Amino acid sequence: MAAEKMALAKAINESLRRALESDPKVLIMGEDVGKLGGVFRVTDGLQKDFGESRVIDTPLAESGIVGTAIGLALRGYRPVVEIQFDGFVFPAYDQIVTQLAKMHARSLGKVKLPVVIRIPYGGGIGAVEHHSESPEALFAHVAGLKVVSPSNASDAYWMLQQAIQSDDPVIYFEPKRRYWDKGEVSTEAIPSPLHKARVVREGTDLTLAAYGPMVKLCHEVAAAAAEEGKSLEVLDLRSVSPLDFDSIQASVEKTRRLVVVHEAPVFFGSGAEIAARITERCFYHLEAPVLRVGGYHAPYPPARLEESYLPDLDRVLDAVDRSLAY
Amino acid sequence: MTVESTAARTSRRSAGSKAGSTGTKAAGTRGRAGAKKGADPELVQLLTPEGKRVKNAEYDKYVAGITAEELRGLYRDMVLTRRFDAEATSLQRQGELGLWASLLGQEAAQIGSGRALRDDDYVFPTYREHGVAWCRGVDPTNLLGMFRGVNNGGWDPNGNNFHLYTIVIGSQTLHATGYAMGIAKDGADSAVVAYFGDGASSQGDVAESFTFSAVYNAPVVFFCQNNQWAISEPTEKQTRVPLYQRAAGFGFPGVRVDGNDVLACLAVTKWALERARNGEGPTLVEAYTYRMGAHTTSDDPTRYRGDEERLAWEAKDPILRLRRHLESAHHTDEGFFAELEAESEALGKRVREAVRAMPDPDDFAIFENVYADGHALVDEERARFAAYQASFADAEGV
Repeated sequence: MAAEKMALAKAINESLRRALESDPKVLIMGEDVGKLGGVFRVTDGLQKDFGESRVIDTPLAESGIVGTAIGLALRGYRPVVEIQFDGFVFPAYDQIVTQLAKMHARSLGKVKLPVVIRIPYGGGIGAVEHHSESPEALFAHVAGLKVVSPSNASDAYWMLQQAIQSDDPVIYFEPKRRYWDKGEVSTEAIPSPLHKARVVREGTDLTLAAYGPMVKLCHEVAAAAAEEGKSLEVLDLRSVSPLDFDSIQASVEKTRRLVVVHEAPVFFGSGAEIAARITERCFYHLEAPVLRVGGYHAPYPPARLEESYLPDLDRVLDAVDRSLAY
Repeated sequence: MTVESTAARTSRRSAGSKAGSTGTKAAGTRGRAGAKKGADPELVQLLTPEGKRVKNAEYDKYVAGITAEELRGLYRDMVLTRRFDAEATSLQRQGELGLWASLLGQEAAQIGSGRALRDDDYVFPTYREHGVAWCRGVDPTNLLGMFRGVNNGGWDPNGNNFHLYTIVIGSQTLHATGYAMGIAKDGADSAVVAYFGDGASSQGDVAESFTFSAVYNAPVVFFCQNNQWAISEPTEKQTRVPLYQRAAGFGFPGVRVDGNDVLACLAVTKWALERARNGEGPTLVEAYTYRMGAHTTSDDPTRYRGDEERLAWEAKDPILRLRRHLESAHHTDEGFFAELEAESEALGKRVREAVRAMPDPDDFAIFENVYADGHALVDEERARFAAYQASFADAEGV
């Protein structure tokens, strides 16, 4: 396979397969990741091909999964952990924040924690409670963690390769509603750096910055705006920690307007950090305040209401109009 | 050998016989059973508080060949550990340390278990395992950096296979379990010891580590020092059953050992390590002991416990007990004790001088080792901090 069109979930599967093949220390751990292949089938076939010792069905205990992954990493392994759904990561939050994130510093650099935590996240799939959340800011706030989220199949493949090769713990947020979206994946490509943002559509009037599931929406917004004669630039941030402020700054210095879009609640979300930093960096370039579109300060609603909760074409266009009105 | 097959092979046999029998014996007991002197059938004891060697059919063989020199070695370990601990408490009182967590009273549990280990075994301590650190060869002065506030862990965990102190209660039991799972994957016959306390036994992470280690048959020994107090809360606030009995519910054996009997702790830990090496999976050892001092130097035990209890435990002092045994067996002479006293004082002096000479870290240490592969924000903030610092130098005309 050199270049092939595949679904985002399949790209992750292929990336995990490649990691298992190329490094005997790579392990897959999680609930139902083995025989079942994961509830989204992302790990389909891996246990069959690599055995139960490397693709490990774990007890249903997220703290235990991450805590033992830390121990395995200390022994020299590179565990890739799956948390079944975004809302289930919190039992492991203590291990992630107090141990995984800080152990490298605590050891004065003597030990490394190459642990990847894969988390399918975000809404739009009509799920029950705890299955549609976007908790990335809760991890980006913690020094010692890196947080990334691919928006397409090719990035899903390569960013996971890079996350696994990283000697730092990486929280890898998978846009679950895009699992079935297909894209071209070249296994021989030279990937961009893991934490570098990418301009995915050039424009001159306003910058839309997003990551993960919202990048596709921003493409749609830009297309709709183009019909109205507005030229929007779309920036796929790809990484939430670190954030590539240089790329955002470069785009904003050109377009002079910025709207940040994420599914996570706006309050204390990654958009707040971006707005603050870009205001500081681009104060004299900005024609309008940085605006944010995201979830409300309310629990993620029941599925019948999620269309009203999640940013959609009209809500982002509304923010674009508000920005352009300044 | 795969993890899966050994789990299937051993968990029923070993867990069934051992845990089952201890469970029956202990029916109807409560946490303070060990306070009864000597004759407690639950408690593995090889040395009485009076220093008398008592026979134990199950565990004698693990210390059968112990020499007089080795016994003196255990005594020396305990005395030096206590001396180091006392020095650290003094250093806190003198303002040289911000805090100290004393191990006073727990020397036998730590030295006995620590001396059962092989070099290739791995230890995951709490923050009170100064005696185990001593056994592992960690320089005691390195333990003091975090209590002085110059670092959060001043030694290389892989240098002595002794992990950093873990302050969040119980977290390390999962790291120990994962590490042990890795040993099993590597096909090695090393083992791991996870230290924790009676308070930690209530943590979910400890329960999860029991589950994971049992399911994967990991070569780990859970060494619980039940020192009767989790700061101000007695063991009765953590459990309705003796802690060692919890193992049975997870499918592996648990045993309660007299934690003030260094010989019994050595024997029981050797047994548990042997099980781990033989692919028989985890074991829970509850070392029944007593925290003779405060929880830390910030604690005031007079608010929650009386002298009576402490005095009762002082009579069972781990060091005194071994001394009585050594003397009655004529394994020592005055020269030994005098030499050890001199060595103790020298250790105290060395620790004192090392702490006083311990420099504060450079300000920029804040930004070091946050990430292994770097992070743009850390770089940016470090640069800003440097510029900010430099702005003062400019103002002063330096």
